[in-house]
Amino acid sequence: MDPSRKRRIRLVVALSAAVILAGALAYTSFSASSAAVSPSRLLASADTGHSYQLTGKVVDGSISRHGDATLFRVRDRNGSASVPVRYVGAVPDPFRDGREVIVTVRKRGATFVGEKDSLVTKCPSKFTDKPTSKT
Amino acid sequence: MATVGQACLILALLTCVYGIVASLYGARAGRRDWVDSGRRAVYALAFLAIVSFAILVSAFLRSDFHYEVVATHSSTTTPAFYRAAAAWSSQEGSLLLWVLLLSLWSSVVLFLVRRHLRDVAPYATAVLLGFGAFFTGLLVFAATPFKTMAVAPPEGTGLDPLLRHPSMMIHPPMLYSGYTLWAIPFAFAVGALIVRRVDADWIRATRRFALAAWCFLGIGILLGARWSYAELGWGGYWAWDPVENASLLPWLTGTAFIHSVMVQEKRGMLKVWNVSLVLATGTLAVLGTFLVRSGILDSIHAFGASTLGAPFVILIGLMIAGGIYLVVSRRALLASEHKLDSLLSREAAFLGNNLVLVGLAFVVFWGTFFPLISEAVTGTKAAVGPPWFNRYTVPLALVLVLLSGIGPVIAWRRATWANARRNLLAPTAAALAVLAALLAFGVTKSATSLAMFVFAAFTVAVVVQEFARGVAARRAMAREGPLRALVSLVQRNRRRYGGYTVHLGMAVLFVGVAASTAFQHARDVRLTPGTTATVGGYQVKYVRATARPVYRGERLERVALGAVLDVRKDGRHVTTLRTERGYYPSAAPFASGSLIRGIFDGDATSEVGMKAGLTRDLWTAIQPDPEYLNKVIDATAAKTAGKPPAQQAQAVGRLLSVYRQGAFPAQFRIISSPLVSWIWLGGIIVFAGGLIALWPAPDAARRRVTAGYAARVARELGRA
Amino acid sequence: MDFLAPVIVIVVLGVVVWLVSGPLRAGATVVEDADAARREDLEAAKEAKYREIRDAELDFRTGKLSEADWRALDRELRAEAMELLRRLDALG
Repeated sequence: MDPSRKRRIRLVVALSAAVILAGALAYTSFSASSAAVSPSRLLASADTGHSYQLTGKVVDGSISRHGDATLFRVRDRNGSASVPVRYVGAVPDPFRDGREVIVTVRKRGATFVGEKDSLVTKCPSKFTDKPTSKT
Repeated sequence: MATVGQACLILALLTCVYGIVASLYGARAGRRDWVDSGRRAVYALAFLAIVSFAILVSAFLRSDFHYEVVATHSSTTTPAFYRAAAAWSSQEGSLLLWVLLLSLWSSVVLFLVRRHLRDVAPYATAVLLGFGAFFTGLLVFAATPFKTMAVAPPEGTGLDPLLRHPSMMIHPPMLYSGYTLWAIPFAFAVGALIVRRVDADWIRATRRFALAAWCFLGIGILLGARWSYAELGWGGYWAWDPVENASLLPWLTGTAFIHSVMVQEKRGMLKVWNVSLVLATGTLAVLGTFLVRSGILDSIHAFGASTLGAPFVILIGLMIAGGIYLVVSRRALLASEHKLDSLLSREAAFLGNNLVLVGLAFVVFWGTFFPLISEAVTGTKAAVGPPWFNRYTVPLALVLVLLSGIGPVIAWRRATWANARRNLLAPTAAALAVLAALLAFGVTKSATSLAMFVFAAFTVAVVVQEFARGVAARRAMAREGPLRALVSLVQRNRRRYGGYTVHLGMAVLFVGVAASTAFQHARDVRLTPGTTATVGGYQVKYVRATARPVYRGERLERVALGAVLDVRKDGRHVTTLRTERGYYPSAAPFASGSLIRGIFDGDATSEVGMKAGLTRDLWTAIQPDPEYLNKVIDATAAKTAGKPPAQQAQAVGRLLSVYRQGAFPAQFRIISSPLVSWIWLGGIIVFAGGLIALWPAPDAARRRVTAGYAARVARELGRA
Repeated sequence: MDFLAPVIVIVVLGVVVWLVSGPLRAGATVVEDADAARREDLEAAKEAKYREIRDAELDFRTGKLSEADWRALDRELRAEAMELLRRLDALG
């Protein structure tokens, strides 16, 4: 087999392998992902057992602890619809009333159970535009 | 002074525009004076950036709350070091830092290459000033740090206590240095493509800066990981968070570039690939800068939605479109001088390394942007988590470590099997010995970790073998003692042995990652003083509670509630861990009428208790049980509401002593993690190696060697 | 403070203008010295070629290249180095 033919075969094999791997990657990402939803979306259409990535703000005064679990409510960023969450795992330092959180949850009955250690609390806004007057 | 700062920013923007025009005119008209003037515009930009930055930092140090950014990011209770660094914790300050570092590094580079690459440099200058114009434009029109208020508030909101950690303060300058340094090879690549001078000259000139960029970016990434581990209450160092990933992307493609560039230098191959890689890395660096402040992805770092998104998207789009156009229109020039002779060659190994690294970058990119991709495809935003990332990055990392061992021992062009066998025999034996030892000790919990240990052992053995052989060769050539030989070997072959050191460091780092991930023991337990928990073979006893106020000068900085833990193994005392949770009073502690509310309603951070060791880390963070705590706080607040401050302060003191003596339960996260220190140690070795590779060869030695060779070649010339 | 600010701005402006206009004011070496640029690039290429020659020898001595392969490569690289020297000489 002359060298240039060998090279062409190598190129075809390499490209095919790359395409197949990329395809596998893309395919599994869709099945392994959890949909990012807001509380109102979750209330409207949540399937039991499906995992969702819930984003929203912690409702003021809703945080309580019972043993290992932390219970709180998450509301829409700009709204009042809220869902109850029961979470066991690491609670990030910035977690408190009014902070924006991301937590992976599964519906169980009327409440949503958070996946262990999946709670992320966003650092308080520093890079947002602030209203002009601030006296 | 704020007006001076603002004026400097406007002047900076004008200087950038002037410099672009001057450089381009000088290049087209062949007028060196205009080109030089354009280059000096970069120096002027650096000067203006320094002045602006100095004004901003001094405002922070003086706690001048007339400046809006100072009032919203600092306070008088913030220690001086963090006050200065708080300058770049704001959007505006961080943009100014970007301009400062861009202009400083660009000035250094352009000064050093001022006599080389005469046709490429003006276009590179124009590109760099283009970036300067973009960022100063943002500063002038959208996010000025010099906005002032007529009436200064008495106290600022303070720097987020989470950021009061040395790693976190050096992290942005390191990261931005990495990003801005990648702008330089990008700019020179664009310039080279424009003037159609695409041979290795531009690479040779900017290779050092690519390596420096790689080092700084890597240090920045590791510092972020270190901060996460030592400062946050979850005990991990990497979460595949979008902003973490954004900084990793240019580092991965940059690593690929540093390797494939060697193939172009030696064999004139992979030109299109190289130029594409360096263009991609520069684009990813700007993308990384953009992601942190865009709000388009949900992340612990991404701060809301900002109006800066649109300009950045346009810039990135321009970089991508421009890059593609340049590469495609010059593709004839970028044809390879040679072809790949054999799969068993160093070129092939480098190609493999590149494919793995680009593959890693693709995985990380896909996973990071998946919410946007899935929204485009299915209409709903969906996110993938760490398990998905790990599933694909772990095998790729394994292959990478293995290749980093094989690559150095295979010859260029075409290695023979006999040769390869001879060179790989000892390292393979060492790796198998390590495998046998690990199996004998029962380290079989995780197959991937086992594989990583074995591959890392192989790579370490290769590096040791290379150094040994090199020293032997040096001694044969120059009759030096072993130590002298080692020093002069490294001095004369910095790139090679610096590179081997980097491989060694990476192997150590990956061993640390593998061990601390697969063999970690972590438990969340609830303890009261006197009780014990068992974690990974250690008995951890909650000895006593601690509670203390922490003052900075006159003011109360925070109240710290904590615990002293005694750690034993098989009855023997191992260490004492101290962990605290600090409660920082809100900016106006008496606003709610009760000091105690003001303290406990503010920010809280963990002070991690850690005993780091060469073989394992013991880590703990405390979360005093809020239910019990709240009862006492509520009672105290009710009793002292509206009372004079002195009495309130006394009440706080009483609460602290109640906490100290009471048997309040607290939640502890206790982690025993093997070989975590190897990650930081590996990182230090990597950057030592990078430093060795970067270090310029001493002029005298180079001239001596050159003269010797020149004489020999001249002699042969005479003979031929 | 009020009058100090404009003064500082003017000083800064002055520095920038002086810095940036320096080459334009000098005027003397206006003609683009193409040869000097070419010479610098050839020198850099020569240095790189010498590094390659040394690298090849180190590869041989640490067992990655057989003697025959090394001698062939060394000859090739030296020929390339000589070509570079020839081009340098041609520049004068």
